Amino acid sequence: MKKLISLAVTGAVAGLVLAGVSGMARAAEEQKVAKNISFSFEGPFGTFDRQQLQRGYKVYNKVCSNCHSMNLVSFRNLAEAGIFNEAEVKALAASFEGKYKADPDDTGEVKDRNGLPSDHFPAPFANEQAARASNGGAYPPDLSLLARARPGWTGIINQLFWGSGGPQYIYSVLTGYNETPEEGVTCGEGKAFNPYFAGGPCIGMPANGTLSDGGLEFDDGAPNKIEDQAKDVAAFLAWASEPHMEARKSMGFTVMIYLAVLSVLLYLVKKRIWADAH
Amino acid sequence: MSTTDHADHSRRDFLYIATGAVGGVGAVLTAWPFISQMNPDASVLALASIEVDLAPIKEGQAVTIKWRGNPVIIRNRTKKEVEDADAVKLEDLKDPVARSAVAKEGDPATDANRVVKGHENFIVMMGVCTHLGCVPDGNSPLREYALVEGTAKTGGWFCPCHGSQYDTSGRIRKGPAPENLAVPPYKFLTDSKIQIG
Amino acid sequence: MSGQSNYVPTTAFGKWMHARLPIYALMKETALDFPTPKNLNYWWTFGGILAMMLVVQIVTGIVLVMHFTPHVDMAFNSKELITRDVNYGWLIQKLHETGASMFFIAVYIHMFRGLYYGSYKAPREVLWMIGVIIYLIMMATAFMGYVLPWGQMSFWGAKVITNLFSAIPFVGPSITTWLWGGYSVDNPTLNRFFSLHYLLPFVLAAVVGLHIWALHVPGNNNPTGVEVKSGQDTLPFHPYYTMKDSFAIAIFLMFFAFWVFYRPDYLGHAINYQQANPLVTPAHIVPEWYYLPFYAMLRAIPSKLGGVLVMFGSILTLFFLPWLDTSRVRSGTYRPLFKGLFWILVIVCILLGYLGSKPAEGNAVWYARILTLYYFVHFYVFLPILGLLESPKPLPSSISDDVLAKSKKHALAPAE
Repeated sequence: MKKLISLAVTGAVAGLVLAGVSGMARAAEEQKVAKNISFSFEGPFGTFDRQQLQRGYKVYNKVCSNCHSMNLVSFRNLAEAGIFNEAEVKALAASFEGKYKADPDDTGEVKDRNGLPSDHFPAPFANEQAARASNGGAYPPDLSLLARARPGWTGIINQLFWGSGGPQYIYSVLTGYNETPEEGVTCGEGKAFNPYFAGGPCIGMPANGTLSDGGLEFDDGAPNKIEDQAKDVAAFLAWASEPHMEARKSMGFTVMIYLAVLSVLLYLVKKRIWADAH
Repeated sequence: MSTTDHADHSRRDFLYIATGAVGGVGAVLTAWPFISQMNPDASVLALASIEVDLAPIKEGQAVTIKWRGNPVIIRNRTKKEVEDADAVKLEDLKDPVARSAVAKEGDPATDANRVVKGHENFIVMMGVCTHLGCVPDGNSPLREYALVEGTAKTGGWFCPCHGSQYDTSGRIRKGPAPENLAVPPYKFLTDSKIQIG
Repeated sequence: MSGQSNYVPTTAFGKWMHARLPIYALMKETALDFPTPKNLNYWWTFGGILAMMLVVQIVTGIVLVMHFTPHVDMAFNSKELITRDVNYGWLIQKLHETGASMFFIAVYIHMFRGLYYGSYKAPREVLWMIGVIIYLIMMATAFMGYVLPWGQMSFWGAKVITNLFSAIPFVGPSITTWLWGGYSVDNPTLNRFFSLHYLLPFVLAAVVGLHIWALHVPGNNNPTGVEVKSGQDTLPFHPYYTMKDSFAIAIFLMFFAFWVFYRPDYLGHAINYQQANPLVTPAHIVPEWYYLPFYAMLRAIPSKLGGVLVMFGSILTLFFLPWLDTSRVRSGTYRPLFKGLFWILVIVCILLGYLGSKPAEGNAVWYARILTLYYFVHFYVFLPILGLLESPKPLPSSISDDVLAKSKKHALAPAE
């Protein structure tokens, strides 16, 4: 038994070293490691800050959604998560006037209608070609899953301890326009230097994702510099990428406690039964 | 057998029972997500209410719309149809209960209980035969069910599957269906617009 | 499964049933009373863990099929909407996705346990070979399942792996076209993979049945590798091993739950949260972790056909293993040289996995070549020679002797 333990420990240590090395190597050869800012939803008990999600939605709605779609999220999701109440969501959806197609009426005519809570967020462009044509050939990706699709850092150990860093990636890209390019790196017309960008180091998105200091006023009077807006929208996208995160963590806690109790009981039963085996 | 043996035994039994109980509770709780997943999902629930514009439905016309996957029949009844429905005596009805979500549960099956006051010409009901779920036809030549002697014959609904016949208020009069056609929950948002669900 | 049993029904219903379908007697004989060596350690619990994982995957999989749409335009969104809208969909989808990784962790431990204790040696050759078949079916099933969510890595993984078959001389290109049902991975491919991904787990369950049958004929191997000699050496499977396995399963479930609830994306690829795009290959494509050692071997060989042959050869080798190992001693515990080589093989496999996750550039390719070569040398050179050269430690005369000796040692050295 002692031997097994020592072997397991040796293996684990070797694995950790390997993993650490690999993490550093990979981080160096690709994008710059994201700034590790912290969010309220991190950790085993972390929850979303509803106020922050409201602000983040505003940033998305007023700024990001001019170019980016968010096809998997519906207005009703905002009510389900308690970001807005039912009436607010209904009014919000209806404020997207004529953005949706109604069912054909009796004469077969398809009319435009206002949004309903069950509708997904409207997309700014009809298709990828239209999006590219309006954005200098670059395709603004759909934001529904961006916080999970783009890791902020790599490495087996980094990701085990800190998660994949998706929200940090979004924050870092939005605030990463003011760094000096390394020598020899020049970005073409309509591109900006951004070392945090995954497809980088030149990015098609204009500086700070067109955010500006004080460019938006928040209803709760929260600070609204570029960094604040970037952080709020990163939190909002984290929520959008996994609306059930809070349910996952709270169920996880119950499951872990339950399994721990069951394991102890089963161990005692096993010990009792085996006591007369030899 | 000594007393310590006894104590040992009961301790052991307690341990086994406790473990079995904890394991059993866990198994039952684990089963729940796998059962619950078959219930309507959030996107289906979100579509649970729809709005319908009644203005295009002229007197004597009917439309069928889809609500929760089922047909809902909306008919703008003629004066004669309403009068016929009112004239029916409760004791002649096969199902004396209104089956109406716009009335109280268990109310008698008068025509008034199956429509909204002030909009008596509109009958809004599920196009789902209470026998086995087919869609009753409002245009079948067979729909002119034979009323109790002395009452007028007017159009109702006829179910093509097994021949159930409903009157102009959607109440079962003949055939195998046990209940009147159900009236779904709805309300008038304006004089010509209703919300179902 | 001879049907002979000392079971005597006591209730009236029991007698009635026993005369018609003696199913309880069969269960009692094969599962409850089955004589099992008394010295099995915790490495032996992974068989039970694997059976549980198969059930988890089938149950969660059947649920997912109820909500999934296998069409290139809808598959990605439908998987996402399962996690967003279906009641507990986020949980069931993650259990299935993470479950695949857990299944492979358990199967690798189970296989290396067999390698260490010589569980493949006579009279258990067929048991071992059925196990290798199970492993192959698992790999095929997991691969096709990974394609279904139709993310970027799903698509490009499918493209690369199906292209392996194009290495076959003459007929290769026709085979890939046949596999795809078109000129690339597309909707027909997705649909057939969906169909087969649903079918194969049930095939797997049947082959697992054969595996258990083949286990019941010679009975379990054990850490000493000494065959059971008398009733003294065994215990009935129930309650001794049912309880030991249950405890191990509970611990394993905690490990499983950690990933599902606290690091749900860790074992997958972030890029698979992006919908498949047949026009853009991701910068760095890698298979799921459980294929990485084979992927490293594939890329180590500078010839397309050669790489494919070496990769499949590394698995086929396991079929010949019972005859490659010439030692008369079964358990690695009593084979000092073999024991060292076994651990080197474990490390080689892990290193190959690590190299499989790296871009195939520079020295990495050379390391992969050396390690691949070592893998084959282990099986085709070291194992046959070792049996002739090695002088094993003395074996215990029986399982119960060994257990007694160990408990005496414990009693003498309580300070340990």
